[in-house]
Amino acid sequence: MKSLAGKEPIPGTTIFEGRMAMKGYALNKMCFSFNKAENREAFKADEDAYCVKYGLSDAQRAAVKKRDVLALLNLGGNIYYLAKLTGMFGLNMQDIGAQQAGISLEKFKAKLLAAGETKNG
Amino acid sequence: MARLIGGVGSSHVPAIGNALEQGLQTDPYWKPFFDGYKPVWNWMEDKKPDVAILVYNDHGLNFFLDTMPTFAIGAAAEYQNADEGWGLKPLDPFQGDPEFSWHLIDSLVHDEFDITMCQEMLVDHGFTVPMSLMWPNQDTRDQVKVIPLCVNVVQYPFPTAQRCLKLGEAIGKAVASFDKDLDVVILGTGGLSHQLDGERAGHTNREFDTEFLEKLKDEPEWLLKYSNYELAKIVGPQGVEMIMWLIMRGALGGNIRELSRNYHIPISNTAAGVILFENDAV
Repeated sequence: MKSLAGKEPIPGTTIFEGRMAMKGYALNKMCFSFNKAENREAFKADEDAYCVKYGLSDAQRAAVKKRDVLALLNLGGNIYYLAKLTGMFGLNMQDIGAQQAGISLEKFKAKLLAAGETKNG
Repeated sequence: MARLIGGVGSSHVPAIGNALEQGLQTDPYWKPFFDGYKPVWNWMEDKKPDVAILVYNDHGLNFFLDTMPTFAIGAAAEYQNADEGWGLKPLDPFQGDPEFSWHLIDSLVHDEFDITMCQEMLVDHGFTVPMSLMWPNQDTRDQVKVIPLCVNVVQYPFPTAQRCLKLGEAIGKAVASFDKDLDVVILGTGGLSHQLDGERAGHTNREFDTEFLEKLKDEPEWLLKYSNYELAKIVGPQGVEMIMWLIMRGALGGNIRELSRNYHIPISNTAAGVILFENDAV
């Protein structure tokens, strides 16, 4: 996109723009279906069959299987949609925050608390 | 004529919904956050606004990524909350004011804003959390009619900060030209700095948020010097939601006073802020 042309990538950050939105369309569409309890049940009954039904790529299916949030983001997943998927695995925003940052949940929480205690967060 | 009596900027983190469900307001983790809302509760109790225009973003409940309106306004008699997939219990429906909604839409479209009109609209935590925060008492909350204004801050490109400020100014005009004797409050929600995705998840920026809050009343244009890309870098991709506070600020116009402010890190992964403005004429 022209408004992003020449901008340096932000370390550890993905801008969810048109290219990523296209790449992740099927994945995010599957996650959107998880707003309904019956779809969550259908996913849990046969995860991979559900992924196939929504047309996920092999790489996306593998990342779902591994519960690998960073990989899912790189494959076009949007974090608000991925939250509906990871919620079924019992992972909340702080759990997946820690997973992506590559630190333990305790360390992740401590880092946020520390940001609250320092003057320059 | 309708009067815009004040505005509130507030975060809308879903974890707040959980805390409210579980009654954790005095828990040590939550107390410094909820205490910041006491002046807002007292003000709402005292002023009893008739209508709330609530600016927020949908997180994949009503809108999917297939059709993503930049600005969408509800024009329904009732707005339902629903299951978002990860466990927050849906709240009771909220009462709308369709006549006011259509006036707002009419006025904004003739002021060159291309608005998506929604006769049905599910509202998610971005809407319900601020409602519960402003009006913790269900009976009081039910007396306020709502107009949801949903902004795309999910799928880039987002509207610019400048566009948000101008939309706010146009909302201010639209409210003032509505021929009903109503007291109106506008809520700008989301932010402040936070990052949910990527290796940098957990990023916050106290210095920038503090400056934003400091300048919001007298110099809201300060934020316009940053593009949404630059804001993502500084306050995190979800921190960009703070541009929605400019819609609230723009609507209030020049003659306002700041009544209260609070800032607290962390609420879940977010730096949470709240600010209350009142129109001088009140």
